[in-house]
Amino acid sequence: MGKVKGKSGPLARRPDNSAFKQQRLPAWSPMLTATTVLPFFYLMALICMLLGVWLLLTVQSTQEIKLDYTEAGTCDMCFEKRKNVSNAAQICTCTVVFPIKKALKGDVFFYYGLQNFHQNLRRYMDSRDDAQMVGRKTNLKNPSSYCEPFMKDPNGLPIAPCGAVANSIFNDTFTLTYHGSSGPSIPVPLLRKGITWYTDKNVKYRNPKNDNMTLAQVFEGTARPLYWQKPVYELDLLDPTNNGFINDDLIIWMREAAFPNFKKLYGVLYRAKQPFTKGLPAGNYTINISYNFPVQYFRGRKEVVLTTLTWFGGQNHFLPIAYLVTSCLILLIAIILTVVWWKFGKNGKRLEE
Amino acid sequence: MLYLYKIKQHFSPIAVATSSSLSAGFFYFFTEEERLFRANDRPFNLSYHYADNAIKTSKYNLFTFLPLNLFEQFQRLANAYFLFLMALQVIPQISSLSWFTTAVPLILVLSITAVKDASDDINRHKSDKQVNNRMVKVLIDGELRNEKWLNVQVGDIIKLENNQFVTADLMLLSSSETVCFITLTSIALSGEVRCEPPNNRLDKFKGTLTLDGQTYSLDNDKVLLRGCTLRNTEWCFGLVIFGGPDTKLMQNSGKTTFKRTSIDHLMNVLVLCIFGFLASMCTVLAIGNGIWEVREGSVFTAFLPREPGANAALSSFLSFWSYIIILNTLVPISLYVSVEIIRLGNSFFIDWDRKMYYPKNDTPAQARTTTLNEELGQIKYIFSDKTGTLTQNIMTFNRCSINGKAYGELFDFSGQRVEITETARVDFSWNQLADPKFTFHDHSLLETVREGNPEAQAFFRLLALCHTVMPEEKKEGELYYQAQSPDEGALVTAARNFGFVFRSRTPETITAMEMGRTVTYELLAVLDFNNVRKRMSVIVRNPEGKLTLYCKGADTIIFERLHPSCNKLKEATIGHLNEYAGDGLRTLALAYKDLDESYMDEWRQRHHEASTAMEGREERLDELYEEIEKDLLLLGATAVEDKLQDGVPQTIEQLAKADIKIWVLTGDKQETAENIGYSCNMLREEMKEIFVVAANTADGKQITTTHIISSIIYMIKAAHIGVGISGQEGMQAVLSSDYSFAQFRYLQRLLLVHGRWSYLRMCKFLQYFFYKNFTFTFVHFWYAFFCGFSAQTVYDEWFITLYNMVYTALPVLGMSIFDQDVNDRWSFQYPQLYTPGQLNLYFSKKAFVLCMMHSCYSSLILFFIPWAAMHDTVRDDGKDLADYQSFALLAQTCLLIVMNIQLCLDTYYWTAVNQFFVWGSLAAYFAITFTMYSNGMFLIFTSSFPFIGTARNSLSQPSVWLTIFLTSLLCILPVVASRFLFVQLRPTINDKVRCHMTQTIASLLYTPYSYNFKCWPLLVSSFKEVTIT
Repeated sequence: MGKVKGKSGPLARRPDNSAFKQQRLPAWSPMLTATTVLPFFYLMALICMLLGVWLLLTVQSTQEIKLDYTEAGTCDMCFEKRKNVSNAAQICTCTVVFPIKKALKGDVFFYYGLQNFHQNLRRYMDSRDDAQMVGRKTNLKNPSSYCEPFMKDPNGLPIAPCGAVANSIFNDTFTLTYHGSSGPSIPVPLLRKGITWYTDKNVKYRNPKNDNMTLAQVFEGTARPLYWQKPVYELDLLDPTNNGFINDDLIIWMREAAFPNFKKLYGVLYRAKQPFTKGLPAGNYTINISYNFPVQYFRGRKEVVLTTLTWFGGQNHFLPIAYLVTSCLILLIAIILTVVWWKFGKNGKRLEE
Repeated sequence: MLYLYKIKQHFSPIAVATSSSLSAGFFYFFTEEERLFRANDRPFNLSYHYADNAIKTSKYNLFTFLPLNLFEQFQRLANAYFLFLMALQVIPQISSLSWFTTAVPLILVLSITAVKDASDDINRHKSDKQVNNRMVKVLIDGELRNEKWLNVQVGDIIKLENNQFVTADLMLLSSSETVCFITLTSIALSGEVRCEPPNNRLDKFKGTLTLDGQTYSLDNDKVLLRGCTLRNTEWCFGLVIFGGPDTKLMQNSGKTTFKRTSIDHLMNVLVLCIFGFLASMCTVLAIGNGIWEVREGSVFTAFLPREPGANAALSSFLSFWSYIIILNTLVPISLYVSVEIIRLGNSFFIDWDRKMYYPKNDTPAQARTTTLNEELGQIKYIFSDKTGTLTQNIMTFNRCSINGKAYGELFDFSGQRVEITETARVDFSWNQLADPKFTFHDHSLLETVREGNPEAQAFFRLLALCHTVMPEEKKEGELYYQAQSPDEGALVTAARNFGFVFRSRTPETITAMEMGRTVTYELLAVLDFNNVRKRMSVIVRNPEGKLTLYCKGADTIIFERLHPSCNKLKEATIGHLNEYAGDGLRTLALAYKDLDESYMDEWRQRHHEASTAMEGREERLDELYEEIEKDLLLLGATAVEDKLQDGVPQTIEQLAKADIKIWVLTGDKQETAENIGYSCNMLREEMKEIFVVAANTADGKQITTTHIISSIIYMIKAAHIGVGISGQEGMQAVLSSDYSFAQFRYLQRLLLVHGRWSYLRMCKFLQYFFYKNFTFTFVHFWYAFFCGFSAQTVYDEWFITLYNMVYTALPVLGMSIFDQDVNDRWSFQYPQLYTPGQLNLYFSKKAFVLCMMHSCYSSLILFFIPWAAMHDTVRDDGKDLADYQSFALLAQTCLLIVMNIQLCLDTYYWTAVNQFFVWGSLAAYFAITFTMYSNGMFLIFTSSFPFIGTARNSLSQPSVWLTIFLTSLLCILPVVASRFLFVQLRPTINDKVRCHMTQTIASLLYTPYSYNFKCWPLLVSSFKEVTIT
């Protein structure tokens, strides 16, 4: 093996005396001793305890209202209607009334939620064309074959946006109305823009360049997705920065959920005017739903969620509780280890031959 | 040569014919049954299409390299398997991963191997070219011409000069040292040779030479083999019998036996188990998919229509293959590459070890095989030669018994033996030709010889005449002896110093200087030594015309052939011999016999007939020898000492402490062997019984124990590790060995340090490697229950591609190359550390199952904690955090961090390199991740990097980091706790020694004046080393 070296003389083949070659590199050889392990466990138990309590307090300070409206209020009617596919084009609106007993303070976030909807199926997730949605003109007219069977419409026109994901967009719409204890009903203003990831809105999704053409002209020669009521360039006719591929609702839907039960942001309470400057006041609310999205096929449920947030996010109790439980477990293990060490290991009998 | 063994059941050698032996086969268009050719007659010989002398050991050329090399590589099961996976990924319905996840690692592995193969082959091309272009003098058209080796043909007559390599397998025609019995011209004109076809037997050759109608027999003695070098001969002429690929050298090369370590065997079994496990996991998932498709998928078709003709059963079938692709990381291709790299690294450490370098002959240790290192840590048996392996193979004439009187030992007046080193050496200055290096301490022997004692003179005359030593006298009076065995050299040198100087020999004469008088003996016959005869004789006629047979040999053999009149002398000599054997000396008995002329003439006639006979030559010669070597008269006996090498007793004691059983194979007398055994600590009093048995089997006399012999022979032939001691022993042993070094004592370092570390490292590597890949893969399994068993991966495809190759490759390699539980000095101090290896304790099927269970636990934590923490969570600004991409990033980050912490727990020996690898890999992970999820990458390669922005949006969230922290704690703390418990309750020998080492170093550092006395020297030396570096 050894290389031919330029050395000569009686010790020409003597290996170098380097620490590396002689396997004598300076090194640190830590051991799991009682003096390191036991304090570490107690410290970890303490840290987990503190984190758990802190997180629990944080989470407790948020408020959340969940409302399953699949068959609630007058929506049972719509639910029945949507069972029949031939009624798909018919409009159906319904109303659900619900109380808020304690005011939601601060920013309030309005989500729609779906249960048992698998956005994470492999074939479903693959069925999209990012190149089309980033505004590539070639892909606009020739979508990726991954979009099958939602690549072209029956007339052979390319679908924009193509694929199963876009096709199945959630299309219920909501209006929320506040009924104070006195005075008239006030519609609750929701901000429906600025609710996506910055990178999605500005990098990942772009409309095709239009060279002084209107968006409708740019999309000429493409078809709308089969399940859509209107083409992509009419998603928000009032705001060109929220129309086409850069429509916030579309972008949010296109960010597929990891699990079959998920919620997606619909809007944020606009707090400029009374009585919403401090959040949602207590009182009765009605929610008007344009009930379009059929869930009965796949035994799904639909819900709306109103929640306030902290630095930690929404009202998820798992992490605080998990930290508290972990803290207890670590403490228990630490005590066991201490006892064992005290009884067997302390005088080091077993460690000496 | 040493043979190292682990356990009996692994003795299953696998012989694999490589393509070089196949290519040699292409030369034969017909099966050659007998080779016939004429000397110096090229047209005649060429008609037979014998292979010429060009050799080709290279495998490829420029055009065949790519197809041939790829073909060879895909014959390996692992590579073929990954090719199959790649083929699966091309099918769109199955492809659950992009092609690059498999292709990139496969291409990397293939190209690394191809580069290595190519460089090896380039070296072979170079050496072929160099060898083929060597020049040699060939007799062509009546004159000697310089020719390249590759142009030499069968039947050519070539001339070699001193120190030249032998060009091909030659029949020796004449040389400067021998007198030619036939003239070259007659051979060149009409010599015709018939001989056996090419074969690989080195010890046999049969053929006949027909010359002028007369037939001469040819045997192995008359053949020079390619690969040898001509020595001590001015020139010689030879007739080419076999050229190039037909030579014995080439016939013997090319057939490599793959030796496999027990870890290899275990790994093969485990890989098969893993395949079974993979199949069952995929079956479970496929069934799950079938059920899901019936219950959920069928009602989800509005959003995700099925492909035409697809149903639940087909979907289930396809998902089986999709999962085969996803879960293939259970057996990653990088496993085999990493194992090779680790072994190579450990081989380099053996080559580089200064403590196995022998400065006296400038010989470093050499790992000639790079695939067996960890087996060195599991050795149970050592079979060792004695001569040259345990001993220095430098023989010194120590004592002798002449005519019943013993010489060489000194006693003082009270009869106590005197240490000979304390007394003055015998002065040989009266003898001009004496060897100055020879020492002897008993003055009485020289006096006896100089007084003219006839027995003493006959004794040394025999030693000067009966041998096969070649003298070299470059300058007048400066004699050098070239002896085949050092015993002979020692005896001839002794005779030389005592006044019987062997000076020169020709095939017919031996010239000696006897007490200053030159005497030339006529050499009538040499009765060779061999292992059956165990004796050698010469028959000489002195200038006065007296015929004498001189015989020396093993005492038992000689004593059987003595004349009855010697009985009394025999008794006395036996007494001396037992004494010598008791001191571990090698003994020979000497005897002679006067012959009468008429008998001798008749015997010589019969001898000539026998030696030219074609049939039963050897048997007839043996009979003749037996007939003449009887009724011998005893002269005495010699005792030669073969000193043990330095450190042999200590080494054997160390190895015995490490529970390694040592067998020494020796041809010595039982008493000699026994005493050597005691002197090198191999034998203790209570072990004597067993040893006797073994000594008897070495004689082969006891039928009851012959099965032991056959098992020994079987073990030596079967799979094993050969260790050659380079230097005194022939280079043959080194060349055919797997490891070589200059001194026996380095064996303890090879086994107790390098072997043990290699084994430890390999086991740690396998354990960690399986753990990291199982955990990685099992997370996919859990996710299947949430994604409708649709073969969706948890991680980003790029992460899957890079996980084994980039993110986790170097840290584990760093651990597996550098790790030491305790350093070399402590390894020596506690040879017991070696025993876990012999018992397969560090990695076994049980450890594998435990490792799988650990992986299962970790993967549950790594999937369900992030799941529970994320599935209903949003960012602090209300935006999405539970999307697939964020979850994938979280899961893979958790996994990588946990894997790195686990590696830290497994690493005993933290060098800067390890730190660099661990932190570097984590840093590389984040750097690569942020790069791949950047705007630029997405805008350039839109469809390859859809994860744009995920890292920025997700890793900025406190809840993400809190999840990572909790996951890591839950994965790691149980491991720490259980390891701590095991150390406290059932500490292993490693734990004990490591603890002792830590305490000793701590006590030295903190309380310099109250150190532990026992450990002080150890620490001083280890500190010394630090200061040297």
